[in-house]
Amino acid sequence: MTVALARRLTLTVSGFGLLAVAAILTSPLVGSTHISLRRAFDRAIPFADNVDAQIFFIARLPRTLAGALVGSLLASAGVVFQGLLRNPLATPFTLGVSAGAALGAMLAITFSWSFAWAGVSAAVAASFLGSLAAVGIVYALAQARHRGLSTNVLLLAGVTMNAFFSALILFVQYFADFAQTYRILRWLMGDLDISSYQPLVSALPLLIVSFVSFAWLARPLNLLSLGDESAETRGLNVVRAQRTAFVSASLATGAAVSVGGPVGFIGIVVPHLVRLIVGPDHRLVLPASALFGAAFLVGCDVLARTVMSPIELPVGVITALIGGPFFLWLLVRKR
Amino acid sequence: MRALVACLVLLALGGHGADRASGVPHQRGSRENLLFSVSSVSSVMRRSPLPQSAPVPGTAPKRIVSLIPAVTEMLFAIGAGPQVVAVSSFDRYPPEVTKLRRVGALLDPDVERILSLRPDLVAVYASQSDLRTQLERAKIPVYVYSHAGLADVFVTLKQIGERVGHARAAADLARSIQSRLDAIRRRVASRARPRTLVVFDREALTLRGIYASGGVGFIHDMVGAAGGDNVFADVKQQSVQATTELILARRPDAILELRGDPITAEMKSKEIDVWRALASLPAVRNSRVFFLDDQKTVVPGPRVAEGVDLIAHTLHPDAFK
Repeated sequence: MTVALARRLTLTVSGFGLLAVAAILTSPLVGSTHISLRRAFDRAIPFADNVDAQIFFIARLPRTLAGALVGSLLASAGVVFQGLLRNPLATPFTLGVSAGAALGAMLAITFSWSFAWAGVSAAVAASFLGSLAAVGIVYALAQARHRGLSTNVLLLAGVTMNAFFSALILFVQYFADFAQTYRILRWLMGDLDISSYQPLVSALPLLIVSFVSFAWLARPLNLLSLGDESAETRGLNVVRAQRTAFVSASLATGAAVSVGGPVGFIGIVVPHLVRLIVGPDHRLVLPASALFGAAFLVGCDVLARTVMSPIELPVGVITALIGGPFFLWLLVRKR
Repeated sequence: MRALVACLVLLALGGHGADRASGVPHQRGSRENLLFSVSSVSSVMRRSPLPQSAPVPGTAPKRIVSLIPAVTEMLFAIGAGPQVVAVSSFDRYPPEVTKLRRVGALLDPDVERILSLRPDLVAVYASQSDLRTQLERAKIPVYVYSHAGLADVFVTLKQIGERVGHARAAADLARSIQSRLDAIRRRVASRARPRTLVVFDREALTLRGIYASGGVGFIHDMVGAAGGDNVFADVKQQSVQATTELILARRPDAILELRGDPITAEMKSKEIDVWRALASLPAVRNSRVFFLDDQKTVVPGPRVAEGVDLIAHTLHPDAFK
């Protein structure tokens, strides 16, 4: 690593890191209800009687941390998928992860699978398994007739799996009553109100595995952007890099979706904004996206909790309202 | 935003809801009614006179199709049961309806079957505008219904009674419901009114996706009549998406979960235990979380007084000793 890069990395990480920390620290302070911080941290008042502390620690803090976790996972998964597929419009959901997850959640909700294991509810577990299934099928297809992964097959298989799973969702929905359909729709919007720390703890191992892989992937992704052959001649084991990228980004997406539902547009808005600022080098884009993704989603969630106060919106509504127009702008700009 | 959600739901369902398989009468949960009664989809908040088709003078309908469980219950309660030929797939009460044909429900009315039954009156939801148009084209009279407040139960009852030739029975029934409600109100009048969170849907076994009653609609009114104060009375919507923060901030003294589908006692206690995550709520600390899985509490029909009675017994057990 050159000195210049090291300096830019420090600058980038500290800049976006400050933003993320600021967002995470500010977010629990605002909400649909007014709370007094002094009361919230007053140890003299028993927790059971301290509404301010309860709102801070049971409602806002888990929600903020969930936002940070989901935001950074989705944003960095977006970067990895865009690099792997060499397609700027790729998102964490392009390869069918969200449709698979939605199908899993839909099955759990429609057929009222009611078990909860270590704080993980049936819908969460089923959505994670669904995302793994979708990813597994796409992976198998892309590998079937190629050495390594064919990005074209990946993309096409992913798009097809998305469509196929959506069809299955409609089929399952046929057996659902209205309340269940409503719940599924609500789940699809994404929601960070997790009301306990358990889902975060459950997602932590996946988070660690993903981020360790992402750290390793920064340089391989740079090389991959030159094309498979050039990357190979520069000593990159392309097949291994593609596999690592695919598996780690898919796990990250699955983990994010199981915590917060398929929160849309983070995986495309954040990486592109970050590239506008730090340029295309993945060694900068990846950490910056992870940090900015956290800040962005936490910020969106603050809006979601306050714009319609006293009613709180699901965060996916806000990211979609911001992300939709941004995506279109990106599309037009690229052409 | 809520309207948008509603539109999305209808879009999502509309595509294939209409051509849902006809043959088998399917019995599903009654949650559809519940959700519709309290969501904004069918919300005509206060009943403005709905455009009814003109009754044919001098003749009482003899082949009635009711797509609305509340209306079906009213028809049977006022003695018009023998005139009913078909009901919705969500109807469960009175027991006589199990023998009747099913012709779909709110989202999937089976027009062909309805027409083939040659009805002379069809009770439809106000939001079923396509169905209404089709029926009107076939010159079949309709009764247009929408869920609203507790007071509107009496309006519907009166209209239905007059429409099907049982006006006096309807008036008698209305009086008896009214007097039962008054008796319950008197019973709980002197009691402290618990601030009550009324939940009518959430994800199973977690506190996510909670829908609670807002300050509009018959469920809000029923809880009020039973001597409780809805914690979301100030939100002028039929339903509120209640987040953890909102619930913590409102500090309910009692939590009332209402469902139309019966569940096992074991599931009930598990669902009540889920609330321990918010252990500091007065309702949880004082073990005042209740799970009522009785249709009476969620169908705004002639059993509303029994529903209110059940809620009142739940919130004020001492008042009935």
